[in-house]
Amino acid sequence: MKRDRLIGAVLLVVALSAISGLALIAAFIFREGVPIILRVGAGQFFLSTDWEPSLGHFGILSMLGGSLAVTLGAAVIGIVFSLGLAIVLTQFAPPGLAAALKPAIELLAGIPSVVYGFVGVVTLVPLIRHALGGPGLSVLAASIVLGIMILPTITSIAIDALQAVPRSYVEGSIALGATRWQTVTMVLLRAARSGIVAAVILGMGRAIGETMAVIMVAGNALALPHSLLDPVRTLTSNIALEMGYASGDHRQALFATGVTLFVIITLLNTAALAVSRRRAGRRRVG
Amino acid sequence: MQAPRIVVQGFTACFDGKPAVKNLDLEIFPNERLAIIGPASSGKTTFLRSLNRLNDLDHGFTHSGKILHDGKDIYDADVDVAELRRKIGMVYAVPVPLPWSIYDNLVYGLRLAGIRDRTTLDERVEKALGYAVLWDEVKDRLHEPANVLSGGQQQRLCIARVLVLEPDVLILDEPCSGLDPISTGKIEDALVALKERTSIVLVTNNTKQAARASDRTAFFLLGDLVEVGPTAQLFTKPTQKKTNDYLVGQFG
Ligand SMILES: Nc1ncnc2c1ncn2[C@@H]1O[C@H](COP(=O)(O)OP(=O)(O)OP(=O)(O)O)[C@@H](O)[C@H]1O
Ligand SMILES: [Mg+2]
Repeated sequence: MKRDRLIGAVLLVVALSAISGLALIAAFIFREGVPIILRVGAGQFFLSTDWEPSLGHFGILSMLGGSLAVTLGAAVIGIVFSLGLAIVLTQFAPPGLAAALKPAIELLAGIPSVVYGFVGVVTLVPLIRHALGGPGLSVLAASIVLGIMILPTITSIAIDALQAVPRSYVEGSIALGATRWQTVTMVLLRAARSGIVAAVILGMGRAIGETMAVIMVAGNALALPHSLLDPVRTLTSNIALEMGYASGDHRQALFATGVTLFVIITLLNTAALAVSRRRAGRRRVG
Repeated sequence: MQAPRIVVQGFTACFDGKPAVKNLDLEIFPNERLAIIGPASSGKTTFLRSLNRLNDLDHGFTHSGKILHDGKDIYDADVDVAELRRKIGMVYAVPVPLPWSIYDNLVYGLRLAGIRDRTTLDERVEKALGYAVLWDEVKDRLHEPANVLSGGQQQRLCIARVLVLEPDVLILDEPCSGLDPISTGKIEDALVALKERTSIVLVTNNTKQAARASDRTAFFLLGDLVEVGPTAQLFTKPTQKKTNDYLVGQFG
């Protein structure tokens, strides 16, 4: 009894220090970043494309647009391939293949992002340059690389969501004369919808926060993209690229960029959580 | 007697090479209620799922022999399996409506069959609910979620959503196993009315139900059809010792 309580207390201290560590980091970022937003003006900071730290111009709209573009691109690619993969693995592949492939897909998540970026620079970027024109370093290249990087996240959560759909729904549908494919679109995807949406949102959260691979393939130009072939700079890339020499207001503006990212990702994760909670709440038996 | 609707000839069904139904010969006639009884693992479910080719979903399933539906082997390569499953409608032991409204559950099969006309859908729904003895209980709440119904109502809904398709054969796998006597009675009543329209194959673990609610009874044991005959005769004067042993409770 006494030992239980001791262990409980120790674990509580460990847990609290981990959480308070995170809270401290968050507080630090906000303390460093928020004042400059107020000084520059939120409108100016978020809606101006003029980023010229040496002149004191801090507008992050180009980077916001860049992050948004590559994240949406990655989401599209991630959705198409992950959903396809999850559907095939849970519905059509023999059970052995699915059991073997799922861990393999999850392994992809463990590959360092610099490797993805490197492969992208060496193969994808020249391919885009030759086939489609432009510099190759582009929204498209970043979207594809990010799409592949978030594939394990989305696939694995989507597989869980599809597997959570009772097998009796599938059999019931097929016994009523539905083909496998009709069952997928009309029963499975509908029943697993919230899990899949949550998976995609979490994937987007990962994509928008990714840095290294994006720096390598996105081109890092400071301008709003007008086509998929334009180079862009994302919020994360900008912090990583400039933090080495930034000081004073510039440094604070980079922290403010971090605050922006922090808020976006928190919102995305909260949305994902809310969507999957709603699903849990709606399920009932009997 | 009329020509049989289903003729099973030397049909064997295996999972991973192990036979679950062995060399089965059986006929199912129009307008009859055939009960199938037998202890656990005797191949009853396997046989039913062979009739609408649901076993095809199982990667380890293989079969030999024939099952003729109106003279045509249902395992022929040119059979439209979706169409077959509409003609041979199946009801499971545990009622699982799809997670939609009552109405959407009922018209799902019709929509799959390409029927979109609202009046036709509504007519077929009302008729099927009537046959399933459910119309009065749900007519005012067709657009509520199906899972708010009681277990017995859900089972009748599952019967109705098969009946809207106007199947030739209705196969039911222990449809009353989780239900109270009143719901069971309603389902048995529905079967009486239904046999005017379709053949009924009723698998049941409850020999009393087989005695009450069928015209003929087949006794399965370990994948073999031991005996099949008119229900009254099979229950009073079984020709096989194994049947008799089962009926007096020697096993299962
Ligand atoms: N999908 C399957 N994969 C492997 N073996 C199976 C499968 N379905 C059934 N079997 C086997 O086939 C045999 C017959 O099973 P079946 O379900 O047809 O019996 P049943 O008569 O319906 O029994 P119960 O009264 O318990 O429902 C059993 O030995 C079972 O283990
Ligand atoms: Mg069974």
